[in-house]
Amino acid sequence: MIWQQFQSLIGSYPLALRGLGMTVALSLISLVLGTLIGFALGILRTGGNQLISRVIGAWVDLIRGTPFLVQIFLIFFILPELGIELDAFTAGIIALSNLAACFICEIVAAGIRAVPTGQVEAALASGLSRWQRMRQVVLPQAMRMSLPPLVGQYVLLIKDSSVVSAIGLTDLTRVGWLVVQRVPNGLLVFAIVGIGYFVVCYPLILLARRLESRMGAAHGEVQL
Amino acid sequence: MLENFSFRTIVEYLPLFGHGLLATLWLSVVSFAGALAVGIILCAMNLQRSRLSKVPAKIYIDAIRATPLLAQLYFLYFGLPRLGVVLPELVVGILALSLNSGAYIAEIIRAGILSISRGQVEAGIASGMTYTQRMRFVVLPQAFRVTIPPLLGQAIVLVKDSALLSLISVSELTRAGQLLASDRFMPAEGFITTAACYLVLYYGLKGLAALSGRWLGVQSVRSGA
Repeated sequence: MIWQQFQSLIGSYPLALRGLGMTVALSLISLVLGTLIGFALGILRTGGNQLISRVIGAWVDLIRGTPFLVQIFLIFFILPELGIELDAFTAGIIALSNLAACFICEIVAAGIRAVPTGQVEAALASGLSRWQRMRQVVLPQAMRMSLPPLVGQYVLLIKDSSVVSAIGLTDLTRVGWLVVQRVPNGLLVFAIVGIGYFVVCYPLILLARRLESRMGAAHGEVQL
Repeated sequence: MLENFSFRTIVEYLPLFGHGLLATLWLSVVSFAGALAVGIILCAMNLQRSRLSKVPAKIYIDAIRATPLLAQLYFLYFGLPRLGVVLPELVVGILALSLNSGAYIAEIIRAGILSISRGQVEAGIASGMTYTQRMRFVVLPQAFRVTIPPLLGQAIVLVKDSALLSLISVSELTRAGQLLASDRFMPAEGFITTAACYLVLYYGLKGLAALSGRWLGVQSVRSGA
């Protein structure tokens, strides 16, 4: 019985591969977009313009305050009403990138705020331009602090990509859902789905932990 | 544009959203209580010296953190009947949320306990306190203070995660939005109202986190992950 189910599961491996590919594609594209937009937003957020900072803060709060599932539904069902035609994949990318951008914006902003003002003042005194200050003084130091939570955020992003299966994208979770209709063994099917995610996420979790302990050590040096 | 956005329909469906809001609220409270229990047990296991209790806790925590909640939810939803355990969707949902959040709470509590400086424990030992006394009078009261704000942050995450329960047709807030969207073909009305209800919960919990931070004299930890 179990053996038959195994065989039937092995038979559906092309579907599983496609699902894994979809999960990786979704995560990778929105990871890149989310990081770029998130950094831009984070720099703007701490840029000194009150209005821009407030607007970004309000948007981030809206996104952090609502479930991702609801955001996907909003984007997938409402943008077409506004005359923007989009397929499920684009909707998923928009939703995921937006989510990632908002969280990364906060991470980057926190990193920038943690850079001592003396550093900025020294850069000012050295006659560096705004862009040079950001690029060569503030960001490198902010990055050190932002890196561990950033990697943690990527793990969340990969996991959140499972939610887009709700609008019918055939990602890893959706594949599990499809297979379980045919092979009625939820424990087995979703254990395999879980392993699929684990293989991608666990190394990232380990990396985040290592970065964090390394950063802790680096901080210890400075404090001593 | 959304020129025919119908507030009247929203008002008509308001009781449904009220029910949804209440359902989300109480199922979150129940799940959070469950998650606290799971988290405390896991953390206690994790802090033991014996590998026999430490390793399973670590494996569990890592397995939960490296897989999406939706996959865990489906695992229970499609898997439990296989073991002969047939539970209503709502119970499966609460179980999944508790087991999921429990892993994160275990880490929060552990971080709180480990943040107590070594000197405090040593002072306890020097005063002749037993292990239980040290935990009870020295470590836990201090750890409690620093864990409250991140615990509230986890509560926010849990409330948002509970939206996934709509996918196994538990009737809660997101489900209410889906019903309005599909009954009347009004997704905008449905999901904007849903989002607004979640925002009410979010700002409530966020305010509570900020307040607790001030009361306890701890810097409010960035809430919501």
